Amino acid sequence: MSVVSSLAPRSGRTTELVLTLAAVAIVGLAYVNLGLATSGTIPPGLAALGVGYLGVSLAFHVVLRWRARYADPLLLPIVTLLNGLGLVMIHRVDIARGRDLSDGVALRQLMWSALAVAIAAGVLVVLRDHRILRRYTYLAGAVGFVLLLLPLMPLIGNSEYGSRIWIRLGPFSFQPGEVAKLVLAVFFAGYLVQTRDALSVAGRKVLGLTLPRARDLGPILLAWLASLGVLVFEKDLGSSLLFFGLFVAMLYVATERVSWIAIGLALFGAGAYLAYLTFGHVQTRVLLWLHTFSPEALQSSDQLAKGLMGMAAGGMIGTGLGRGRPDLTYLAESDFIVPSFGEELGMIGLFAILVLYALLVERGLRTSLGTRDGFGKLLAAGLSFSLALQCFVVVGGVTRVIPLTGLTAPFLSSGGSSLLANWTLVAILLRISDHARRPLPDEQEGSAVGEARTEVVRMP
Amino acid sequence: MNAPVRRLSFLVASLFAALLVSTTLIQYVFAADLNARPDNRRTLLATYARERGEILVGQDPVATSQPTDDEFKYQRRYSEGELYAHVTGFYSFYGAVGGLEQSENSLLSGSSDKLFYRRVSDLFTGRRPQGATLETTLDPAVQKAAAEGLGNSRGAAVALDPKTGAILALVSHPTFDPNSVAGHDLGAVEKNYQELNTAEDRPLVDRAIAGDLYPPGSVFKVVTAAAALSSGDYTADSTLPGGASLDLPQTTADLPNFGDRPCSSTGEVTLKQALVVSCNPAFGQLGMDIGADALREQAAKFGFGDAPSIPMQVTPSSVPAELNEPQLAQSAIGQYDVRVTPLQMAMVAAGVANDGVVMQPYLVQSVIGSDLSVIESTEPHELSQAVTPEVADTLTDMMTAVVDEGSGTRAQISGTTVAGKTGTAEHGSGRAHAWFISFAPADDPQIAVAVVVEDGGEASSETGGGIVAAPIAKAMMEARLNQ
Repeated sequence: MSVVSSLAPRSGRTTELVLTLAAVAIVGLAYVNLGLATSGTIPPGLAALGVGYLGVSLAFHVVLRWRARYADPLLLPIVTLLNGLGLVMIHRVDIARGRDLSDGVALRQLMWSALAVAIAAGVLVVLRDHRILRRYTYLAGAVGFVLLLLPLMPLIGNSEYGSRIWIRLGPFSFQPGEVAKLVLAVFFAGYLVQTRDALSVAGRKVLGLTLPRARDLGPILLAWLASLGVLVFEKDLGSSLLFFGLFVAMLYVATERVSWIAIGLALFGAGAYLAYLTFGHVQTRVLLWLHTFSPEALQSSDQLAKGLMGMAAGGMIGTGLGRGRPDLTYLAESDFIVPSFGEELGMIGLFAILVLYALLVERGLRTSLGTRDGFGKLLAAGLSFSLALQCFVVVGGVTRVIPLTGLTAPFLSSGGSSLLANWTLVAILLRISDHARRPLPDEQEGSAVGEARTEVVRMP
Repeated sequence: MNAPVRRLSFLVASLFAALLVSTTLIQYVFAADLNARPDNRRTLLATYARERGEILVGQDPVATSQPTDDEFKYQRRYSEGELYAHVTGFYSFYGAVGGLEQSENSLLSGSSDKLFYRRVSDLFTGRRPQGATLETTLDPAVQKAAAEGLGNSRGAAVALDPKTGAILALVSHPTFDPNSVAGHDLGAVEKNYQELNTAEDRPLVDRAIAGDLYPPGSVFKVVTAAAALSSGDYTADSTLPGGASLDLPQTTADLPNFGDRPCSSTGEVTLKQALVVSCNPAFGQLGMDIGADALREQAAKFGFGDAPSIPMQVTPSSVPAELNEPQLAQSAIGQYDVRVTPLQMAMVAAGVANDGVVMQPYLVQSVIGSDLSVIESTEPHELSQAVTPEVADTLTDMMTAVVDEGSGTRAQISGTTVAGKTGTAEHGSGRAHAWFISFAPADDPQIAVAVVVEDGGEASSETGGGIVAAPIAKAMMEARLNQ
């Protein structure tokens, strides 16, 4: 503690490069493994696809070196690995369904990935400081709520697999909730940074819990109503849980008041229970969740049951890539891609993926801790928590922790909107982490001079 | 704001912990239950996707897994399906049903612990696991002779190598085509299976080892004679009553001879003569004289009461536990509630043939791995010493006389001494099963046979076994001896 080191601050870019190369190598290995298992040959497009994927990852790495030198070095490798594994699994399901690479879902996903990376790189180039986003707080709020409501619009709103969380414009379909997650996090962060003082003013103390003043309950009630609206009208518990959970978590971080969490949980619990009592589709979801294998549930839907059987077939070590039957599960390349991984890579492989997600979230939260400005802190915490919550909703849905919902597994599931939103989310996290880890200008100067410094405590 | 972010990360950690737990529950703790669900298509496909081992008769595979283009990967085919239907059983949507397919399923499918090391190496080499091949003990010539002999009749025929217990033929009629229920067209398979399962003459039942058990009738007299000779109180020349009927104690009923004719003009017969003409009064009296315990013990020494696995499960044959005198007299001639499998009667013939030693019957000679190495080979195993070699000699003499000059002349093979015994087992009114057990050559037995033809005889005549069953046994023995 007493020794002040004069080490040059580490950017971590070399670590990132090595890890990214490793991630691309793992993806390539998985692709070769899949080819050998299904057709007995090394897939012919390996070189082109490998070089392509490597090129895209390295390009993003170069952008980071250029525009965000001190950004967190683990985010890119993790996301590269997750996205690549997702591509391999989507391709695997393509093969099982008799689709070539050229007419399969995987190629489309690959193009979406490239586009998503390009947009994320663009965000890093254009957005030189995340605090700029704070200027658009209310615009983000408006856009967020519009996006949430879009699927309910006639003509473009589209109901798929029981949930109305899609919009369709001509040949394109889009899950606006994915983007809404992003802009709402920006809105919540900007809004709460402004109002946190008011919201953390204590009110009465009840049962050891300091409740906020009644007049400050407005925002949480609004968010609650909106999330209930999503649950009831878009029939999607996942999105509803995601948005409300995100809001409550950010409210808690901003105000440091546990009472907000208690109020939020109570509100959501009561709302969900009311919805359960009132709406048949909510009851069906709960039946499918609690009594998956009962005859009534199977009559309604056996997709969860099939996913569970797929995971069980994988067991501890899995059937091996290309050796299982993930195609027996519906939506094996999107909503049920996690059971597909569970089947072919086994419990161990799924653990690895969950750990990757946990690591991603952990790096995000660490970024939040390291950031000096309140807006950045809130935004980083919110974005990270939204990732965690989404993982929980998706994986928890297919493993019967919570009722099944229609959300996608970030970076893994097939779907352009999800990729675009999540890569952008990571770009913003990278931007904030660059800000958090970047040495202050005078420190940089000091180390450049290489002189021993006398200043131990730096006054702001 | 750092403290709540830290607490938030605990929440995140517990969320992920919950996911790890739920994943473990599904993929490890409850995985077996989920896999065992009847509606689990993956399990079905996985069992089909394995290349099952073959079942060989001689050098020829009678059950093979052939690659297909459909999602089941392999189709089980049975060449000469009807001939070996009860030996192979079949492999279908109903699982492995009957025969070796069922009883050796773990070996054929490759999941047996005996194949453990092979499975481990498959895991590392990435080879698809393959089942082991079963080499049976069957002699195709004997099997065919038995099947042709039975023809359209209901019944069963079993042949053993008396010296080893190896099963040379195992035939049950009517039979069925296992291919008709092993296809990949679920609808057709279900229809065919239901037809077979509900057919009146029950073709799916293996009458040779696990049918409704037959009354043995006069072939059981060999066991009674063995018990008498083993007691030391009787020789082949001991005299017994040989009238037209035997007055049974405790009842007004008599034990009549077939056709109510006396066994001899003198009204007395020797034990040997009694066997040659299958004299009911003589054996009825003999049974009462030696007692129920001696009879049961002798039967048990031949294997009655055992349920051997050959590896299919064999229904135990039985002599009733409680017998009064008239019932004992009836039992001594193989009536009343004595119930046998054809395999058991073949074991009686084989025991006499093999100097009194009954060998454990077996159908699988060896288990061969997919790399053609022998995993397991069956060694002949002594089941019991049913009678002394001397008694066995005497019985062989007596049974040889049956074929030479008695009721079994139709089993004679020129140039070879054949020992045998006919039987006509009454069941219900009027009809009777025709039986024949035999072995040949009498001095150096190569084959022991038991044949039963359901309703092959008439209750009033002892000729059923000799006329209907003996020629089938003869054909089977010839098929073996002519090789």
